[in-house]
Amino acid sequence: MRLKYVLNEVLVGLWRNVTMTVAMIITLSVSLTMLGASVLLYLQVDQMKSFYYGEIEVSIFLRPDVSAAQRQAIDSAISANPLVKERTYETREEALKRFQELWKDSPEFVASVGPNSLPESFRVKLKNPETYKTFTDQMTGMQGIQDIIDQRALLDKVFNIFNAIQVGALVVAGVMALAALLLVGNTIQVAAYSKRREVAVMKLVGASNWFIQAPFVLEAVVAGLIGAVLGFIALFVSKVVLLDNKLQALTTILTPIENGNVWLMLPLLAAVGAAVSAVTAWVTLRFYLKV
Amino acid sequence: MIQLENVTKTYPKASRPSLDEVSVGIEKGEFVFFIGPSGSGKSTIIKLLLHEVAPTQGRVEVNGKDVTSIRSWKIPHFRRSIGCVFQDFRLLPNRTAYENVAFALEVIGKTKAVSRRVVPEVLELVGLGGKEHRYPHELSGGEQQRVAVARAFVNRPLILLADEPTGNLDPDTSIEIMRLLDRINRTGTTVVMVTHDSNIVNQMRRRVIEIESGRIVRDQARGVYG
Repeated sequence: MRLKYVLNEVLVGLWRNVTMTVAMIITLSVSLTMLGASVLLYLQVDQMKSFYYGEIEVSIFLRPDVSAAQRQAIDSAISANPLVKERTYETREEALKRFQELWKDSPEFVASVGPNSLPESFRVKLKNPETYKTFTDQMTGMQGIQDIIDQRALLDKVFNIFNAIQVGALVVAGVMALAALLLVGNTIQVAAYSKRREVAVMKLVGASNWFIQAPFVLEAVVAGLIGAVLGFIALFVSKVVLLDNKLQALTTILTPIENGNVWLMLPLLAAVGAAVSAVTAWVTLRFYLKV
Repeated sequence: MIQLENVTKTYPKASRPSLDEVSVGIEKGEFVFFIGPSGSGKSTIIKLLLHEVAPTQGRVEVNGKDVTSIRSWKIPHFRRSIGCVFQDFRLLPNRTAYENVAFALEVIGKTKAVSRRVVPEVLELVGLGGKEHRYPHELSGGEQQRVAVARAFVNRPLILLADEPTGNLDPDTSIEIMRLLDRINRTGTTVVMVTHDSNIVNQMRRRVIEIESGRIVRDQARGVYG
């Protein structure tokens, strides 16, 4: 009987104040969509980082007048460095060959570069690309090095943009979440007010606190869950429409978003939506019902 | 059964205490009137016994339990041993007499089968047999108060608290309600009634405790209103 009573109270409660319920669900779902987008982007950037950073090399260009002894010293310094995963050495001839290959569509440009204009270099892959700063610091100052160039610096700029988008989505999610919380609190207050007589009698005859609060809290939880499902649908649809069709060009830069990751958002959003609504409702009741 | 020891209650922002060093003991099965002018602190006693408010100082014991030491989540359970009746009945307007009483049972976890067995019985006891399915607005004031008494008594509490239960009723109806409370008292239930209805106090000839400005000024075994 008690379960049936509670469930019935939840349905009646949601329906009694249906415009407020709808407003609550919409703000919750927008907020959760933003949260989901932000989490997806975070996963994506992470995945892209490991993908691109795996390819990243640090290039150590040698001076044109480098001596054999200096080259030897640099080589052994690289080999002995614990941060290094692998290193390749590129002679001037190989550098030229690669250059010609890269620019084969513009033969005049290629012709303007003589066999000695490109420096010889070591190409170094690090075990952990994040340690490039330490590695660079250890190498600078060695005789015979002209320049150390890390491709990471370039990628970092790209990732900074992604980070900014992600932070932006989180901020929107936060602002919408605040609005959603206020609406949840307000809805619960209205619900509690419209049932104040019942609540007073229940307190009087000694109904347990959970029994008094459960219908209100569950009301908020149901709204939170509906909001989460709508948010998830919005995410999935925008993923299909935007990334898989309209903005497909972007996906040559972006590593593809896995559907699995998108599906992962459903339980995440549902859990966040339900938990946040429940806590808000519970806190509101503590102030409002003083049970 | 009920024991107040040096109880002082001062509400926040109040200039003087509502109850000032009050000590009183009530035995099981007693019928006690608390009388006194408005604002004398009578209703504060009811609130203290229900643990709706906590004493500023002193000890309140109900059913052998120190009320102030009950953990807040156990208070609902504690209240199940106390029935309550008020001046304004506090019935649910959208429920029938039967449903009002059944509601009180079912929200503390009793099954519908239990209320089907117990509720008609208690409505019969308060003299509302045949009116189970009337709504409060279809009942007279006295009948509504009977429903409230039935609701307070249906759980067979050890104590029945009544806060001016006849305050909204005419003298004849008041006497009928008093007969009902008397009958409940005879089943062994301790009845504590706050009132300033002198007629009733004088007719009943029960223990009278008079309070003035938060202090007990009279405690008489078979008293009159004064």
